Amino acid sequence: MDEVALRDLAPTVIGVLERRGADFAAAEDAVQEALIEAVRVWPQEPPRDPRAWLITVAWRKFLDATRAEAARRQREDAVWAEPAPESVAAVDDTLHLYFLCAHPALSPASAVALTLRAVGGLTTRQIAQAYLVPESTMAQRISRAKRTVSDVRFDQPGDLSTVLRVLYLVFNEGYSGDVDLAAEAIRLTRQLAKLTADEEAAGLLALMLLHHARRPARTRPDGTLVPLADQDRARWDTRLIAEGVDILQAALARDRLGEYQTQAAIAALHADARTAEETDWVQIVEWYDELVRLTDSPIARLNRAVALGESDGPQAGLAALSDLDPALPRHTAAAAYLHERAGDSTTAARLYAEAARTATNLAERDHLTRQAAHLNSQQPK
Amino acid sequence: MAKYLLLKHYRGAPAAVNDVPMDRWTPEEVSAHLRYMREFSARLRETGEFVDEQALTPQGTFVRSDGPGKPPVTDGPFAETKDLIAGWMVIDVDSYERALELAGELSAAPGAGGEPIHEWLELRPFMSATQCITE
Repeated sequence: MDEVALRDLAPTVIGVLERRGADFAAAEDAVQEALIEAVRVWPQEPPRDPRAWLITVAWRKFLDATRAEAARRQREDAVWAEPAPESVAAVDDTLHLYFLCAHPALSPASAVALTLRAVGGLTTRQIAQAYLVPESTMAQRISRAKRTVSDVRFDQPGDLSTVLRVLYLVFNEGYSGDVDLAAEAIRLTRQLAKLTADEEAAGLLALMLLHHARRPARTRPDGTLVPLADQDRARWDTRLIAEGVDILQAALARDRLGEYQTQAAIAALHADARTAEETDWVQIVEWYDELVRLTDSPIARLNRAVALGESDGPQAGLAALSDLDPALPRHTAAAAYLHERAGDSTTAARLYAEAARTATNLAERDHLTRQAAHLNSQQPK
Repeated sequence: MAKYLLLKHYRGAPAAVNDVPMDRWTPEEVSAHLRYMREFSARLRETGEFVDEQALTPQGTFVRSDGPGKPPVTDGPFAETKDLIAGWMVIDVDSYERALELAGELSAAPGAGGEPIHEWLELRPFMSATQCITE
Protein backbone atom coordinates (compact mmCIF):
# COMPACT_ATOMS: atom_id res chain seq x y z
CA MET A 1 0.00 0.00 0.00
CA ASP A 2 1.24 3.45 -0.85
CA GLU A 3 1.38 5.32 2.43
CA VAL A 4 2.16 8.63 0.76
CA ALA A 5 -0.91 8.39 -1.47
CA LEU A 6 -2.91 7.58 1.64
CA ARG A 7 -1.54 10.66 3.42
CA ASP A 8 -2.50 12.73 0.39
CA LEU A 9 -6.13 12.09 1.24
CA ALA A 10 -5.87 13.39 4.81
CA PRO A 11 -6.55 17.10 4.19
CA THR A 12 -9.62 16.43 2.06
CA VAL A 13 -11.10 14.13 4.63
CA ILE A 14 -10.48 16.60 7.46
CA GLY A 15 -12.15 19.25 5.32
CA VAL A 16 -15.21 17.09 4.73
CA LEU A 17 -15.59 16.37 8.44
CA GLU A 18 -15.26 20.05 9.25
CA ARG A 19 -17.91 20.92 6.69
CA ARG A 20 -20.19 18.37 8.28
CA GLY A 21 -19.85 20.23 11.55
CA ALA A 22 -16.86 18.64 13.32
CA ASP A 23 -14.44 21.13 14.84
CA PHE A 24 -10.90 21.10 13.56
CA ALA A 25 -9.22 19.33 16.46
CA ALA A 26 -11.83 16.56 16.59
CA ALA A 27 -11.78 16.15 12.81
CA GLU A 28 -8.01 15.93 12.79
CA ASP A 29 -7.97 13.29 15.54
CA ALA A 30 -10.64 11.25 13.78
CA VAL A 31 -8.75 11.32 10.49
CA GLN A 32 -5.51 10.22 12.17
CA GLU A 33 -7.33 7.24 13.62
CA ALA A 34 -8.89 6.45 10.25
CA LEU A 35 -5.45 6.59 8.60
CA ILE A 36 -4.06 4.16 11.15
CA GLU A 37 -6.99 1.86 10.54
CA ALA A 38 -6.44 2.09 6.79
CA VAL A 39 -2.81 1.03 7.19
CA ARG A 40 -4.05 -1.97 9.16
CA VAL A 41 -7.01 -3.00 7.01
CA TRP A 42 -6.23 -2.08 3.42
CA PRO A 43 -3.48 -4.62 2.67
CA GLN A 44 -6.09 -7.38 3.19
CA GLU A 45 -9.19 -5.54 2.03
CA PRO A 46 -8.39 -2.77 -0.41
CA PRO A 47 -11.35 -0.39 -0.69
CA ARG A 48 -13.03 0.43 -4.00
CA ASP A 49 -12.89 4.14 -3.24
CA PRO A 50 -10.14 4.95 -0.74
CA ARG A 51 -11.31 8.51 -0.14
CA ALA A 52 -14.91 7.56 0.53
CA TRP A 53 -13.70 4.76 2.81
CA LEU A 54 -11.58 7.20 4.81
CA ILE A 55 -14.40 9.76 5.04
CA THR A 56 -16.79 7.13 6.34
CA VAL A 57 -14.38 5.65 8.85
CA ALA A 58 -13.18 9.06 10.02
CA TRP A 59 -16.78 10.22 10.42
CA ARG A 60 -17.55 7.13 12.43
CA LYS A 61 -14.48 7.72 14.61
CA PHE A 62 -15.63 11.30 15.09
CA LEU A 63 -19.12 10.15 16.10
CA ASP A 64 -17.60 7.51 18.38
CA ALA A 65 -15.62 10.16 20.13
CA THR A 66 -18.42 12.66 20.48
CA ARG A 67 -21.39 10.42 21.26
CA ALA A 68 -21.78 7.96 24.05
CA GLU A 69 -25.07 6.38 23.08
CA ALA A 70 -24.20 2.79 22.35
CA ALA A 71 -27.42 1.93 20.57
CA ARG A 72 -26.99 4.72 18.13
CA ARG A 73 -23.44 3.68 17.39
CA GLN A 74 -24.55 0.14 16.73
CA ARG A 75 -27.07 1.35 14.17
CA GLU A 76 -24.33 3.36 12.48
CA ASP A 77 -21.94 0.43 12.55
CA ALA A 78 -24.56 -1.62 10.77
CA VAL A 79 -24.78 0.75 7.85
CA TRP A 80 -21.05 1.24 7.73
CA ALA A 81 -19.43 -1.23 5.43
CA GLU A 82 -18.40 -0.01 2.05
CA PRO A 83 -19.80 3.42 1.34
CA ALA A 84 -20.86 4.87 -1.97
CA PRO A 85 -18.39 7.31 -3.49
CA GLU A 86 -19.18 10.89 -2.59
CA SER A 87 -18.45 13.95 -4.64
CA VAL A 88 -17.08 16.89 -2.65
CA ALA A 89 -15.21 20.09 -3.35
CA ALA A 90 -11.80 18.81 -2.28
CA VAL A 91 -9.81 21.81 -3.48
CA ASP A 92 -11.26 24.43 -1.16
CA ASP A 93 -11.20 22.14 1.84
CA THR A 94 -7.52 21.38 1.41
CA LEU A 95 -6.56 25.00 0.85
CA HIS A 96 -8.55 25.96 3.91
CA LEU A 97 -6.49 23.49 5.94
CA TYR A 98 -3.21 24.90 4.66
CA PHE A 99 -4.23 28.36 5.84
CA LEU A 100 -5.45 27.06 9.17
CA CYS A 101 -2.22 25.17 9.87
CA ALA A 102 -0.06 28.18 9.01
CA HIS A 103 -2.17 30.62 10.97
CA PRO A 104 -0.21 33.69 12.17
CA ALA A 105 -1.27 33.00 15.77
CA LEU A 106 0.92 29.89 15.76
CA SER A 107 4.65 29.88 16.38
CA PRO A 108 6.67 28.62 13.41
CA ALA A 109 7.41 25.34 15.17
CA SER A 110 3.73 24.76 15.94
CA ALA A 111 2.69 25.67 12.42
CA VAL A 112 5.20 23.21 11.02
CA ALA A 113 4.02 20.42 13.32
CA LEU A 114 0.35 21.03 12.62
CA THR A 115 0.88 21.22 8.86
CA LEU A 116 2.79 17.95 8.81
CA ARG A 117 0.12 16.28 10.86
CA ALA A 118 -3.12 17.70 9.37
CA VAL A 119 -2.16 18.40 5.76
CA GLY A 120 0.66 15.86 5.48
CA GLY A 121 -1.08 13.11 7.42
CA LEU A 122 2.11 12.17 9.31
CA THR A 123 1.79 10.59 12.73
CA THR A 124 3.00 12.41 15.83
CA ARG A 125 5.74 9.80 16.22
CA GLN A 126 7.04 10.41 12.70
CA ILE A 127 7.12 14.17 13.22
CA ALA A 128 8.83 13.81 16.60
CA GLN A 129 11.48 11.55 15.06
CA ALA A 130 12.13 13.99 12.26
CA TYR A 131 12.69 16.84 14.71
CA LEU A 132 14.60 14.74 17.27
CA VAL A 133 12.29 15.51 20.16
CA PRO A 134 10.34 13.12 22.40
CA GLU A 135 6.95 12.05 21.09
CA SER A 136 5.24 13.58 24.13
CA THR A 137 6.81 16.94 23.30
CA MET A 138 5.54 16.83 19.75
CA ALA A 139 2.10 15.70 20.94
CA GLN A 140 1.96 18.76 23.20
CA ARG A 141 2.97 21.08 20.38
CA ILE A 142 0.29 19.67 18.13
CA SER A 143 -2.48 19.75 20.68
CA ARG A 144 -1.61 23.30 21.72
CA ALA A 145 -1.57 24.32 18.07
CA LYS A 146 -4.99 22.76 17.58
CA ARG A 147 -6.34 24.61 20.60
CA THR A 148 -4.91 27.87 19.26
CA VAL A 149 -6.75 27.59 15.96
CA SER A 150 -9.88 25.94 17.28
CA ASP A 151 -11.80 29.23 17.37
CA VAL A 152 -10.47 30.61 14.12
CA ARG A 153 -13.23 31.44 11.67
CA PHE A 154 -12.49 31.15 8.02
CA ASP A 155 -14.48 33.81 6.27
CA GLN A 156 -11.53 35.33 4.49
CA PRO A 157 -8.57 33.85 2.68
CA GLY A 158 -5.49 33.32 4.82
CA ASP A 159 -2.02 34.57 4.14
CA LEU A 160 -0.43 32.44 1.47
CA SER A 161 3.05 33.79 2.18
CA THR A 162 2.85 32.35 5.71
CA VAL A 163 1.95 28.96 4.28
CA LEU A 164 4.91 29.13 1.90
CA ARG A 165 7.26 30.06 4.72
CA VAL A 166 6.07 27.10 6.79
CA LEU A 167 6.64 24.72 3.88
CA TYR A 168 10.10 26.14 3.26
CA LEU A 169 10.90 25.60 6.95
CA VAL A 170 9.91 21.97 6.59
CA PHE A 171 12.06 21.61 3.48
CA ASN A 172 15.13 23.05 5.16
CA GLU A 173 14.92 20.73 8.15
CA GLY A 174 16.58 17.78 6.46
CA TYR A 175 15.45 14.52 7.93
CA SER A 176 15.88 11.78 10.44
CA GLY A 177 13.56 8.97 11.39
CA ASP A 178 11.50 7.36 8.66
CA VAL A 179 10.22 10.49 6.93
CA ASP A 180 12.24 12.56 4.48
CA LEU A 181 11.06 16.08 5.26
CA ALA A 182 12.46 17.56 2.06
CA ALA A 183 10.44 15.09 -0.02
CA GLU A 184 7.43 15.71 2.20
CA ALA A 185 7.73 19.49 1.75
CA ILE A 186 7.94 19.02 -2.02
CA ARG A 187 4.85 16.82 -1.99
CA LEU A 188 2.87 19.40 -0.01
CA THR A 189 4.11 22.38 -2.03
CA ARG A 190 3.24 20.54 -5.23
CA GLN A 191 -0.28 20.10 -3.90
CA LEU A 192 -0.49 23.76 -2.84
CA ALA A 193 0.82 25.05 -6.18
CA LYS A 194 -1.93 23.09 -7.91
CA LEU A 195 -4.58 24.48 -5.57
CA THR A 196 -3.66 28.15 -5.84
CA ALA A 197 -2.00 28.85 -9.20
CA ASP A 198 0.04 31.43 -7.26
CA GLU A 199 3.38 32.46 -8.84
CA GLU A 200 5.26 32.32 -5.56
CA ALA A 201 3.89 28.87 -4.72
CA ALA A 202 5.21 27.76 -8.12
CA GLY A 203 8.46 29.61 -7.38
CA LEU A 204 8.91 27.80 -4.07
CA LEU A 205 8.16 24.45 -5.69
CA ALA A 206 10.73 25.17 -8.41
CA LEU A 207 13.27 26.22 -5.77
CA MET A 208 12.76 23.02 -3.78
CA LEU A 209 13.01 20.81 -6.87
CA LEU A 210 16.21 22.52 -8.01
CA HIS A 211 17.81 22.18 -4.57
CA HIS A 212 16.61 18.63 -4.17
CA ALA A 213 18.05 17.70 -7.57
CA ARG A 214 21.53 18.39 -6.23
CA ARG A 215 21.15 16.44 -3.03
CA PRO A 216 22.87 13.24 -4.26
CA ALA A 217 26.01 15.28 -5.03
CA ARG A 218 25.97 17.50 -1.97
CA THR A 219 27.54 15.02 0.45
CA ARG A 220 30.09 12.23 0.14
CA PRO A 221 29.20 8.74 1.30
CA ASP A 222 30.93 9.50 4.63
CA GLY A 223 28.63 12.48 5.15
CA THR A 224 31.16 15.24 4.46
CA LEU A 225 30.01 18.32 2.62
CA VAL A 226 30.86 18.89 -1.04
CA PRO A 227 30.83 22.58 -2.01
CA LEU A 228 28.84 23.50 -5.09
CA ALA A 229 31.93 24.07 -7.25
CA ASP A 230 33.29 20.59 -6.47
CA GLN A 231 30.06 18.66 -6.92
CA ASP A 232 29.89 15.87 -9.48
CA ARG A 233 27.27 17.38 -11.75
CA ALA A 234 26.57 14.03 -13.37
CA ARG A 235 24.92 13.09 -10.10
CA TRP A 236 22.43 15.93 -10.22
CA ASP A 237 18.91 14.74 -10.96
CA THR A 238 18.28 16.14 -14.45
CA ARG A 239 14.62 15.17 -14.39
CA LEU A 240 13.98 17.26 -11.27
CA ILE A 241 16.03 20.13 -12.72
CA ALA A 242 14.01 20.10 -15.95
CA GLU A 243 10.78 20.06 -13.99
CA GLY A 244 11.93 22.89 -11.72
CA VAL A 245 13.04 25.03 -14.65
CA ASP A 246 9.72 24.48 -16.48
CA ILE A 247 7.70 25.45 -13.44
CA LEU A 248 9.90 28.49 -12.83
CA GLN A 249 9.68 29.70 -16.43
CA ALA A 250 5.90 29.44 -16.43
CA ALA A 251 5.78 31.44 -13.19
CA LEU A 252 8.26 34.10 -14.36
CA ALA A 253 6.30 34.55 -17.59
CA ARG A 254 3.41 35.90 -15.55
CA ASP A 255 5.54 38.81 -14.44
CA ARG A 256 4.78 38.83 -10.73
CA LEU A 257 8.22 38.36 -9.30
CA GLY A 258 8.72 37.33 -5.68
CA GLU A 259 11.56 36.11 -3.49
CA TYR A 260 11.04 32.39 -4.12
CA GLN A 261 10.97 32.81 -7.89
CA THR A 262 14.13 34.89 -7.60
CA GLN A 263 15.92 32.29 -5.48
CA ALA A 264 14.77 29.60 -7.87
CA ALA A 265 16.17 31.60 -10.79
CA ILE A 266 19.57 31.63 -9.06
CA ALA A 267 19.36 27.89 -8.40
CA ALA A 268 18.38 27.34 -12.04
CA LEU A 269 21.45 29.24 -13.25
CA HIS A 270 23.65 26.96 -11.14
CA ALA A 271 21.80 23.91 -12.45
CA ASP A 272 22.27 25.14 -15.98
CA ALA A 273 26.06 25.19 -15.85
CA ARG A 274 27.66 21.95 -17.03
CA THR A 275 30.83 22.83 -15.14
CA ALA A 276 31.39 25.25 -12.27
CA GLU A 277 33.45 27.46 -14.61
CA GLU A 278 30.51 27.85 -16.96
CA THR A 279 28.33 29.37 -14.23
CA ASP A 280 26.76 32.63 -15.39
CA TRP A 281 27.82 34.69 -12.36
CA VAL A 282 26.93 38.00 -14.01
CA GLN A 283 23.30 36.97 -14.27
CA ILE A 284 23.38 35.48 -10.77
CA VAL A 285 24.54 38.83 -9.37
CA GLU A 286 21.63 40.51 -11.20
CA TRP A 287 19.17 38.10 -9.59
CA TYR A 288 20.73 38.78 -6.19
CA ASP A 289 20.15 42.48 -6.86
CA GLU A 290 16.47 41.63 -7.37
CA LEU A 291 16.46 39.55 -4.19
CA VAL A 292 18.00 42.39 -2.18
CA ARG A 293 15.39 44.75 -3.64
CA LEU A 294 12.54 42.35 -2.79
CA THR A 295 13.60 41.26 0.68
CA ASP A 296 16.24 43.73 1.86
CA SER A 297 17.73 40.69 3.59
CA PRO A 298 21.32 40.89 4.89
CA ILE A 299 21.76 37.21 3.96
CA ALA A 300 20.86 38.07 0.36
CA ARG A 301 23.49 40.85 0.45
CA LEU A 302 26.07 38.42 1.78
CA ASN A 303 25.35 35.91 -0.96
CA ARG A 304 25.45 38.70 -3.49
CA ALA A 305 28.94 39.65 -2.29
CA VAL A 306 30.14 36.07 -2.82
CA ALA A 307 28.57 35.98 -6.30
CA LEU A 308 30.19 39.32 -7.08
CA GLY A 309 33.52 37.79 -6.04
CA GLU A 310 33.00 35.23 -8.79
CA SER A 311 31.83 37.64 -11.49
CA ASP A 312 34.12 40.63 -10.82
CA GLY A 313 36.96 39.00 -8.90
CA PRO A 314 37.64 38.33 -5.20
CA GLN A 315 38.62 41.95 -4.43
CA ALA A 316 35.19 43.17 -5.59
CA GLY A 317 33.59 40.49 -3.43
CA LEU A 318 35.66 41.48 -0.39
CA ALA A 319 34.78 45.16 -0.93
CA ALA A 320 31.07 44.30 -1.00
CA LEU A 321 31.52 42.13 2.06
CA SER A 322 33.21 44.90 4.02
CA ASP A 323 29.99 46.95 3.82
CA LEU A 324 28.11 44.24 5.73
CA ASP A 325 27.82 43.47 9.43
CA PRO A 326 30.65 41.02 10.33
CA ALA A 327 28.29 39.32 12.79
CA LEU A 328 26.14 37.97 9.97
CA PRO A 329 26.02 34.18 9.82
CA ARG A 330 28.64 32.88 7.37
CA HIS A 331 30.28 36.30 7.01
CA THR A 332 33.65 34.93 8.16
CA ALA A 333 33.34 31.83 5.99
CA ALA A 334 32.60 33.99 2.95
CA ALA A 335 35.58 36.22 3.72
CA ALA A 336 37.81 33.15 4.11
CA TYR A 337 36.70 31.84 0.73
CA LEU A 338 37.28 35.18 -1.03
CA HIS A 339 40.75 35.57 0.54
CA GLU A 340 41.60 32.06 -0.58
CA ARG A 341 40.52 32.94 -4.12
CA ALA A 342 42.60 36.11 -3.92
CA GLY A 343 45.66 33.97 -3.13
CA ASP A 344 46.08 35.08 0.49
CA SER A 345 46.07 31.63 2.03
CA THR A 346 47.43 32.75 5.41
CA THR A 347 44.47 35.05 6.03
CA ALA A 348 42.11 32.50 4.49
CA ALA A 349 43.33 29.72 6.82
CA ARG A 350 42.92 31.95 9.86
CA LEU A 351 39.40 32.97 8.82
CA TYR A 352 38.34 29.40 7.99
CA ALA A 353 39.44 28.31 11.47
CA GLU A 354 37.55 31.22 13.02
CA ALA A 355 34.43 30.41 10.96
CA ALA A 356 34.68 26.76 12.07
CA ARG A 357 34.72 27.82 15.71
CA THR A 358 31.52 29.79 15.33
CA ALA A 359 29.70 27.40 12.98
CA THR A 360 26.41 26.03 14.26
CA ASN A 361 26.11 23.22 11.74
CA LEU A 362 28.10 20.03 12.08
CA ALA A 363 28.76 19.33 8.39
CA GLU A 364 29.65 22.96 7.81
CA ARG A 365 32.01 23.11 10.77
CA ASP A 366 33.84 20.00 9.60
CA HIS A 367 34.11 21.40 6.10
CA LEU A 368 35.53 24.71 7.33
CA THR A 369 38.01 22.94 9.63
CA ARG A 370 39.20 20.84 6.71
CA GLN A 371 39.64 23.94 4.54
CA ALA A 372 41.75 25.56 7.26
CA ALA A 373 43.80 22.39 7.76
CA HIS A 374 44.31 22.07 4.01
CA LEU A 375 45.66 25.62 3.68
CA ASN A 376 47.81 25.35 6.81
CA SER A 377 49.43 22.12 5.61
CA GLN A 378 50.46 23.92 2.42
CA GLN A 379 52.23 26.73 4.28
CA PRO A 380 56.00 26.51 4.53
CA LYS A 381 56.85 25.29 8.01
CA MET B 1 13.26 25.53 16.45
CA ALA B 2 16.64 25.28 18.04
CA LYS B 3 17.86 23.05 20.80
CA TYR B 4 19.81 24.35 23.77
CA LEU B 5 21.57 22.66 26.65
CA LEU B 6 21.09 24.22 30.06
CA LEU B 7 24.03 23.19 32.24
CA LYS B 8 24.00 23.32 36.01
CA HIS B 9 27.37 23.24 37.72
CA TYR B 10 28.44 21.91 41.11
CA ARG B 11 31.65 23.87 40.70
CA GLY B 12 33.35 25.80 37.97
CA ALA B 13 30.67 28.40 37.40
CA PRO B 14 30.80 31.80 39.13
CA ALA B 15 29.24 31.82 42.59
CA ALA B 16 25.51 32.34 42.88
CA VAL B 17 24.19 35.59 44.37
CA ASN B 18 22.34 33.72 47.12
CA ASP B 19 25.23 31.33 47.65
CA VAL B 20 24.22 29.12 50.59
CA PRO B 21 24.80 25.35 50.21
CA MET B 22 21.61 23.36 50.03
CA ASP B 23 22.35 21.44 53.25
CA ARG B 24 22.12 24.72 55.15
CA TRP B 25 18.62 25.44 53.95
CA THR B 26 15.54 24.58 55.97
CA PRO B 27 13.71 21.44 54.84
CA GLU B 28 10.86 23.69 53.68
CA GLU B 29 13.28 25.67 51.54
CA VAL B 30 14.61 22.47 50.01
CA SER B 31 11.06 21.33 49.25
CA ALA B 32 10.20 24.69 47.72
CA HIS B 33 13.27 24.49 45.52
CA LEU B 34 12.50 20.96 44.33
CA ARG B 35 8.89 21.89 43.68
CA TYR B 36 10.01 24.88 41.61
CA MET B 37 12.29 22.67 39.51
CA ARG B 38 9.56 20.08 39.03
CA GLU B 39 7.02 22.70 38.01
CA PHE B 40 9.48 24.32 35.65
CA SER B 41 10.05 21.10 33.75
CA ALA B 42 6.33 20.23 33.82
CA ARG B 43 5.58 23.59 32.23
CA LEU B 44 8.08 22.96 29.46
CA ARG B 45 6.51 19.57 28.79
CA GLU B 46 3.20 21.39 28.49
CA THR B 47 4.52 24.01 26.04
CA GLY B 48 6.18 21.39 23.87
CA GLU B 49 9.68 22.73 24.56
CA PHE B 50 11.00 19.90 26.72
CA VAL B 51 13.52 17.45 25.29
CA ASP B 52 15.50 15.85 28.10
CA GLU B 53 16.88 16.32 31.58
CA GLN B 54 19.32 14.36 33.70
CA ALA B 55 21.08 14.89 36.98
CA LEU B 56 24.70 13.75 37.33
CA THR B 57 26.52 12.57 40.45
CA PRO B 58 29.59 14.59 41.42
CA GLN B 59 31.87 11.55 41.09
CA GLY B 60 33.57 12.51 37.85
CA THR B 61 36.59 10.50 36.79
CA PHE B 62 39.28 11.39 34.29
CA VAL B 63 40.30 8.52 32.02
CA ARG B 64 43.09 8.50 29.47
CA SER B 65 44.49 5.92 27.06
CA ASP B 66 47.93 4.84 28.11
CA GLY B 67 48.60 2.37 25.33
CA PRO B 68 47.78 -1.34 25.71
CA GLY B 69 46.65 -2.48 29.13
CA LYS B 70 44.58 -0.60 31.63
CA PRO B 71 43.88 3.06 31.00
CA PRO B 72 45.03 5.33 33.81
CA VAL B 73 42.19 6.63 35.91
CA THR B 74 42.34 9.61 38.22
CA ASP B 75 39.86 11.84 39.89
CA GLY B 76 41.48 14.69 38.05
CA PRO B 77 44.70 16.52 37.71
CA PHE B 78 43.03 19.74 38.80
CA ALA B 79 40.96 18.55 41.71
CA GLU B 80 40.68 22.02 43.24
CA THR B 81 39.35 23.78 40.20
CA LYS B 82 37.81 21.15 37.98
CA ASP B 83 34.50 21.97 36.57
CA LEU B 84 31.75 19.69 37.83
CA ILE B 85 28.49 19.39 36.01
CA ALA B 86 25.51 18.71 38.22
CA GLY B 87 23.00 18.02 35.51
CA TRP B 88 21.44 19.24 32.36
CA MET B 89 18.21 20.04 30.69
CA VAL B 90 17.70 20.13 26.93
CA ILE B 91 15.05 22.45 25.53
CA ASP B 92 13.82 23.00 21.98
CA VAL B 93 12.64 26.58 21.59
CA ASP B 94 11.70 29.05 18.87
CA SER B 95 14.46 31.55 19.55
CA TYR B 96 17.62 32.37 21.46
CA GLU B 97 15.62 34.98 23.39
CA ARG B 98 13.24 32.28 24.59
CA ALA B 99 16.20 30.12 25.68
CA LEU B 100 17.59 33.07 27.67
CA GLU B 101 14.20 33.65 29.26
CA LEU B 102 13.95 30.01 30.38
CA ALA B 103 17.53 29.91 31.67
CA GLY B 104 16.79 33.05 33.67
CA GLU B 105 13.71 31.43 35.11
CA LEU B 106 15.61 28.30 36.08
CA SER B 107 18.33 30.39 37.72
CA ALA B 108 15.69 32.10 39.86
CA ALA B 109 14.75 28.88 41.69
CA PRO B 110 14.22 29.63 45.39
CA GLY B 111 17.04 28.84 47.80
CA ALA B 112 17.99 29.90 51.31
CA GLY B 113 15.51 32.25 52.92
CA GLY B 114 13.08 31.51 50.11
CA GLU B 115 15.04 33.99 47.99
CA PRO B 116 16.04 33.16 44.40
CA ILE B 117 19.48 31.54 44.15
CA HIS B 118 20.45 33.55 41.08
CA GLU B 119 22.94 30.86 40.14
CA TRP B 120 24.84 30.99 36.88
CA LEU B 121 23.60 28.53 34.30
CA GLU B 122 25.49 27.71 31.18
CA LEU B 123 23.42 27.92 28.00
CA ARG B 124 24.87 26.09 24.99
CA PRO B 125 23.27 25.87 21.55
CA PHE B 126 23.24 22.45 19.91
CA MET B 127 25.27 22.03 16.77
CA SER B 128 22.69 21.44 14.06
CA ALA B 129 23.07 18.23 12.10
CA THR B 130 20.79 19.18 9.24
CA GLN B 131 22.12 20.24 5.90
CA CYS B 132 21.93 23.90 5.10
CA ILE B 133 21.66 24.79 1.47
CA THR B 134 24.07 27.46 0.41
CA GLU B 135 24.90 28.59 -3.06
